[in-house]
Amino acid sequence: MFQDIGQMLLLLGRTARALPLMVRHRRKVCEQLFEIGNASLLMACVLSLFIGGVLALQTGPVLAERGLQGFIGQIVGLSMCKELAPVMMAVLIAGRIGSAMAAEIGSMQVYQEIDALRTMNISPIHFLVLPRLVAIMVALPVLVVFAMLVGWLGGGLVAVYNFQIGISFEAYFNSLRAGVDLLDVVNGLLKSGAFGVVIGVVACHQGLQTIGGPRGIGRSVTKAVVNSIILILILDYFLTRLLLHLD
Amino acid sequence: MNSARHPGVSVQVRGLRKSLGGQPVLDGLDFEVERGEIFVIMGPSGSGKTVLLKHLIGLETADAGEILIGGEPIQAPGMMDRCRMAMVFQSGALLNSLTVGENVGLYLAEHRLKPPEEIARVVAEKLALVGLQDARDKMPGELSGGMRKRASIARALVIEPQLIFYDEPTSELDPLMAVTVAEEILKLNRRLQVTSIVVTHDRDLAFGIAHRMALIDAGRMVSIGTPAAIRAHPHPLLQRFLSADFRFHPEPMTP
Repeated sequence: MFQDIGQMLLLLGRTARALPLMVRHRRKVCEQLFEIGNASLLMACVLSLFIGGVLALQTGPVLAERGLQGFIGQIVGLSMCKELAPVMMAVLIAGRIGSAMAAEIGSMQVYQEIDALRTMNISPIHFLVLPRLVAIMVALPVLVVFAMLVGWLGGGLVAVYNFQIGISFEAYFNSLRAGVDLLDVVNGLLKSGAFGVVIGVVACHQGLQTIGGPRGIGRSVTKAVVNSIILILILDYFLTRLLLHLD
Repeated sequence: MNSARHPGVSVQVRGLRKSLGGQPVLDGLDFEVERGEIFVIMGPSGSGKTVLLKHLIGLETADAGEILIGGEPIQAPGMMDRCRMAMVFQSGALLNSLTVGENVGLYLAEHRLKPPEEIARVVAEKLALVGLQDARDKMPGELSGGMRKRASIARALVIEPQLIFYDEPTSELDPLMAVTVAEEILKLNRRLQVTSIVVTHDRDLAFGIAHRMALIDAGRMVSIGTPAAIRAHPHPLLQRFLSADFRFHPEPMTP
């Protein structure tokens, strides 16, 4: 495990050193961005709509019983932007995009495509890891912004149309505006950027470590998704503590 | 990129050892390949040929011993920049996400050695050389095994290498295509004076193109020399290897 962590940190360091070459690889970054957006945007919206809705559904009636339904907007707004949108989107992207990255790089490793790159003096880190890592670091915060907006909307719909809560859209969004400020959104975006790094590094590392045939690729994909999710949840705790401290 | 100014380089292998999973795969190999030579390495399956090839091109690191390319250790910093090497993989190893043309031009494009129009011209020229002029826009998955191998040779040609490695270049090819590939290896050697190291267990190819050849078994050198010297060598394994054939004289089927 510690060896894996060390190798991932080395991979991250080498990729960071290659960042100035990003301009050269902008076409590949755009292709990856398109792939990530295309594969995840609809799913992200559906997921967020229902998460926002469930959040309002769980908290709304309890608050309404105590005459506190005016706070639903704040609760949904803060929960979505500080915690649920970044974490749920990171888990979604780890499963949807991290797995695809690990499978693609793993298959290139197994079928000697990466060896072929090395013999042409083309670094697999520059050619494969850098564009993927940059793309996921850009795409995840953008998806999180979508998730926040759609999640707030989902919470609003439940708050308005659920008879146990029954507040107006205006009251819901006024409460949301009063409770959520720009720093809370930035808080979520910082988390999502860090989660993007974790997903990209874990997926590329597992892909590059693949050995064996199709079974090896399958193992790498599973490890990439499971390790990403575990690291995201652990990192989430420490980031939350750090950001609370900075608040 | 004028290869005439960069003729082939020599290769020296000294005491090369490698173990995988505690099992010795290369057991103290010593040999030299001269500049511009076609050197064929033969051996039974599992004898360590491909592992040796991976060491020679720097994809693997040896446990002991050294490999000198043009007098410099293979692991020396910037070695790949100073000495152009290419490898034709057994499977072709084309990048499946790129078209054949993009694969062939990848080296030039990634190292920004020529403008895009010039790269397109070089790609068309090299593909024509291996008879794949119509395959430029195809994906590797649409090609047959032989076409993939020829595309891989075209990709190696683009590098205009000083040292080129071929891993089983005629495996999976029909005899006609195998002859075409062997001709390409010879033509490339004559035109560019490139040093060629060919790993194969195809005896016809080995004796047809080699200036010198070596037979390895269980990671050890059995014999090394010119094709004539190898044929005359009395080592039993070598003689078994050279005389093995399929002539079993099956009995005719009874109705």
